[in-house]
Amino acid sequence: MANKKMTIIASKGSLDMAYPPLILATTAAAMDIDVTIFFTFYGLDIIKKNNADNLKISPVGNPALPMPVPIPTLVASLPGMEAMATAMMKSMFNKHGVASIGQLLDLARESGVKLIGCQMTMDVMGVKQSDIIDGVEFGGAATWLDAASDAQINLFI
Amino acid sequence: MSAEMKFDALLDAKGLSCPLPILKTKKAVETLTKDQVLKVETTDPGSKNDMASWAKRTGNEIVKVEEGSGTFTFYIKKKA
Repeated sequence: MANKKMTIIASKGSLDMAYPPLILATTAAAMDIDVTIFFTFYGLDIIKKNNADNLKISPVGNPALPMPVPIPTLVASLPGMEAMATAMMKSMFNKHGVASIGQLLDLARESGVKLIGCQMTMDVMGVKQSDIIDGVEFGGAATWLDAASDAQINLFI
Repeated sequence: MSAEMKFDALLDAKGLSCPLPILKTKKAVETLTKDQVLKVETTDPGSKNDMASWAKRTGNEIVKVEEGSGTFTFYIKKKA
C-alpha cells in the first residue's frame, strides 16, 4: 500500500508557530506518511543555519500568552520583554518534556521529511541558499502545488 | 492482577510530551522483528489516544494497555 502524503506550508518564524509544523511533520513521518514542508516568508527562520533554537516569542499583540502577572501591552513592548517571554516559554516546554525546535528539525530530517525553501521569499528577504541548513531543496509555488496535488493532508501554518 | 506480559524491548517515555513518545515508539519498534513486543511506559495523558492512532495507521498491534497512577503502559506487537 502506498504511503499517504502530507504537505505543510510553514509561514511563521516565531517560537510558538514553529512547533505545529514540526510536531505534525515528525509525527506523520512516524505514522508512515510522506511529508513535505514548504518554508516561506518568516518560516524560513526555522531552517536558517544555527537558528532553530534561537526563535523568539513576542509578548506584544499576544493576549493569550501565559504570564506570571498580567502585562499591559505598553509594558510588553519594552526592551527585554521579548527575551523574558521567550525564556519563560522555553522553560515551560522543557519542564513538560517537549522537544526543542532544533531537536524536532533534526528528527524531521532523520525521518526523511522533505524540506523546501521558498526561493522567491528568500530573494526578497536577502536570504542566500548558503544561509539555509543542508538538505533543503529550493522552489516556488509550483513545487508546493505539485506535492500538494498528490497529498491527502495539506496545511497552511 | 493479570499475568505479567512478556516483552522483547522496553521504552521509558515517562515525562515526555507529544510528539516524543510516538517518535521514540516508532524508532524502538523499527529495531524489532515481526511479532516481537515493545513495552512502552508514558505519563502523557494524550498518549493513550495517540498510541492507538499511531498503531492503527502503521499496522502495528497494541496487545494490552495498563493504566496506573499517572502512567500508561502499552504492549505493542510489531506487525508491519
